Amino acid sequence: MVLLTRRGAVLGAASLPLVPAFLSRPASAAPAIGAAAPDFALPDQDGTTRRLSEFRGRVVVLEWTNHDCPYVRKHYNSTNMQNLQRDAAARNIVWLSIASSPRGEQGHVTGPEAKALTASRNAAPAAVLLDHRSQAARAYAATTTPGMYVIDAQGRLRYMGAIDSIRSTRVEDVARAEPFLRDAMVAVQEGRQIERAVTPPYGCVIKYVDA
Amino acid sequence: MRMLLAVLGVLALVCPGQAMESAPVVSPRATVTLLSDAAAIAPGQPFRVALRQKMAPGWHTYWRNPGDAGQPPEMRLDLPEGWNAGELQFPAPHRIPFGPLVNFGYEEEAIFLMEVRPPANLVPGQTQRIGADADWLICERVCIPEEGRFTLDIPVEATARPAAPVLFAAAEAALPRASAFAARIGFEGGRGAISLEGPGLSAASLREAFFFPLEQMVVENAAPQAMTAREGGFTLGLTRAAGPVPATVEGVVAITDAAGVRGAYWVSAVPGPMPSAEAALPLWQALAFAALGGLILNLMPCVFPILAMKAIAVARLAGAAQSVVRAHAASYTAGVVLSFLAIGGALIGVRAAGAVAGWGFQFTSPFFVAAMAWLMLAVGLNLSGVYAIGGPVNAGSGLAAKGGKAGSFFAGVLAVLVATPCTAPFMAAALGAALAMPPAATLAIFAAMGLGLALPYALLGVFPGFARVLPRPGAWMDRLKQFLAFPMYLAAAWLVWVVAQQAGPDGTLMVLVGGVLVGMAAWALGLAQQGATRRWFLGGAALSLVAALAILPMLRSGAAGGVTASAQIGEPWTAARLEALRGEGKPVFVNLTAAWCISCKVNERVALDTTAVRAAFDAANVTVLTGDWTNGEPAITAMLRAHGRDGVPLYLMYPAGGGTPLMLPQILTEGMVLQAIAAATSRV
Repeated sequence: MVLLTRRGAVLGAASLPLVPAFLSRPASAAPAIGAAAPDFALPDQDGTTRRLSEFRGRVVVLEWTNHDCPYVRKHYNSTNMQNLQRDAAARNIVWLSIASSPRGEQGHVTGPEAKALTASRNAAPAAVLLDHRSQAARAYAATTTPGMYVIDAQGRLRYMGAIDSIRSTRVEDVARAEPFLRDAMVAVQEGRQIERAVTPPYGCVIKYVDA
Repeated sequence: MRMLLAVLGVLALVCPGQAMESAPVVSPRATVTLLSDAAAIAPGQPFRVALRQKMAPGWHTYWRNPGDAGQPPEMRLDLPEGWNAGELQFPAPHRIPFGPLVNFGYEEEAIFLMEVRPPANLVPGQTQRIGADADWLICERVCIPEEGRFTLDIPVEATARPAAPVLFAAAEAALPRASAFAARIGFEGGRGAISLEGPGLSAASLREAFFFPLEQMVVENAAPQAMTAREGGFTLGLTRAAGPVPATVEGVVAITDAAGVRGAYWVSAVPGPMPSAEAALPLWQALAFAALGGLILNLMPCVFPILAMKAIAVARLAGAAQSVVRAHAASYTAGVVLSFLAIGGALIGVRAAGAVAGWGFQFTSPFFVAAMAWLMLAVGLNLSGVYAIGGPVNAGSGLAAKGGKAGSFFAGVLAVLVATPCTAPFMAAALGAALAMPPAATLAIFAAMGLGLALPYALLGVFPGFARVLPRPGAWMDRLKQFLAFPMYLAAAWLVWVVAQQAGPDGTLMVLVGGVLVGMAAWALGLAQQGATRRWFLGGAALSLVAALAILPMLRSGAAGGVTASAQIGEPWTAARLEALRGEGKPVFVNLTAAWCISCKVNERVALDTTAVRAAFDAANVTVLTGDWTNGEPAITAMLRAHGRDGVPLYLMYPAGGGTPLMLPQILTEGMVLQAIAAATSRV
């Protein structure tokens, strides 16, 4: 058998769309903006199981966190994160911090450790949720810490992406950056259109438990 | 990168130049320095600085699009008034998987280049301090932001002096190259595809490819990108990410070719309709397409005559019992399918035996093409009535008319055999895809193709009554048969043209002489079949055929001197010619290439066959010897082995006046070649 590959020597060419049949879906498909945000059930810092659906009727912010990640520390050391959390609370927005690091990985926290961190950092989330088996991270295709999501009162995903516009670990950049998350959270609360519903998140990669 | 540096190590021996490197910034994770490619700079003359990261095992840094997380390094130079600097240039990225996520970046070592343009009013004699602030994120399982300040004190002289040419050549080679391929990109819902067109791309020449989008969140980073190769291009299946699609999608496509060499190219395309052929086909669909492809083969010019003969044979069966019709249809189908399975098995064998090069070798062997040309001629002569196979001529027989089920079986085998050269481009795409599957699936696809080819006759087996509606046998059948000889002659003519490309004028002559001998054999055989002096003519026929076959090895050696379709630069390489030129102390550039080697093609286009390089070769009186390894020339294999290579490309610059050759990297730039020419000719 011979296959001739000379161009121009084509006596009746046709093409045959054959493709290996092992295309699989990516590890996790991101939820769509405007679609129902995936529900989850995770223990909080006190061991109480919390579900997204229990906050239906209120705007919810999800903050993926890893307290040792330099990008997360930038926003806690500058008190940017704590200010956002208090701002949210004042607007009746539910702020859920989610720690997805499994045991043995940077950012892994137990309930008591989460409470200690909240106290020492003077943070003000409505709850810290422990996602030790990467269930919520997978459902939201979360990739980085910090990684931010805003869900409206009807339970629809309205924003996902970065906390702000300057991808760095420098505290001084916080003041200069465009506050993507804050703008999105306020817009959703006030029923306005969000200018940018999706922004590229930046930060440390989230460690997933093997599926 | 490490391999490239090793290769370039040879270059260091002949390219003197002291290192101009800053004090390092050291952490347990990385050692980072700033380098300059100028040991001395000259007024108004641009030079380059490099941020070099040597990383501890397991740690990585990031490309401009870092993938699912991370951040690219940044560097700011503080330069005096009147100076300016270009943008930081990033090497081609690699995929760095992390659980279900994928980052784009670098491990082991990364070198980022930046051009610096000093003003023309610099005063020679002074020393210029270049300061740089850089920060970079380095990650393993955890991420650490690092930063450093670097300084270089570079003397200003009337003429610049180079430093660290090896390292800078390697760094330049690691950058993605300017677009060498035309790209189309499109998205449809959650799926998308990018399609590249360019010379040298084919199923046989591609091993793998990956598209790195410059912008984040356009394409799902971790999603596999299924490749569908075709003659002159390939398509990668993409998965959409949540971000908006930019007006122009830019990115880098990294291609690993059959020789295992990775090259990266910038691509840019305005999103349009989604390029086709990217859809993931489940096996059953692939089988359906293969069968359809086989069915279409029935219309190919080479195959058609065989099938027409078969149709005639079937018509002859009009009055026969249904069981006879059925048996013939089954035999024919078996012949076709078994032939396809044999081809599939042979190809899997070739692949299992390793050499991807062997694959290219098989398909471009002038041997095989010549043999196919003669077979076409022989079949044509049979149709013309010069001789018969297996029966007296006057019975209106042909191959396919041979009585019995064996005749039908061999008609099937023959149909497959003559189909293959005619349908090469069509088969190439299908084969490439089929061979990417597990062997069982590959064989199934070949079988499906065979079934498709045999389908019209297989249907006769299922509905034997159909044979009755065919026209009655008569004299028209002989005339049709004779007419059908001409497509066969045409196919033979085309195959001779193909050999002409592979083996040059000498090879063409041998194929034509062989064709004459085949004709003589057919004539003698025909006379013998007609009865008179049977023994003599049978002997004559055998003798002619033996003579034709004896030509084949000569064709082989004829081909060795010639060059295949790749653009020839300089003279053909032979060991003797190289020796002779070396004996005369002349500088020689050796370019070992192959038709299926994409990197070779791109190198030739961007770095060897350019006006500047041709002029430099001429000016320095360098003889360029191009060796074509397309058909696995053993002398070239030996030359490659001698230089520690398993495959092409290999570029060697032999300096004037003797000495060891400089081995250039497998990815060339014009600058590298010019530098090598200068180095090799300045030492006399």
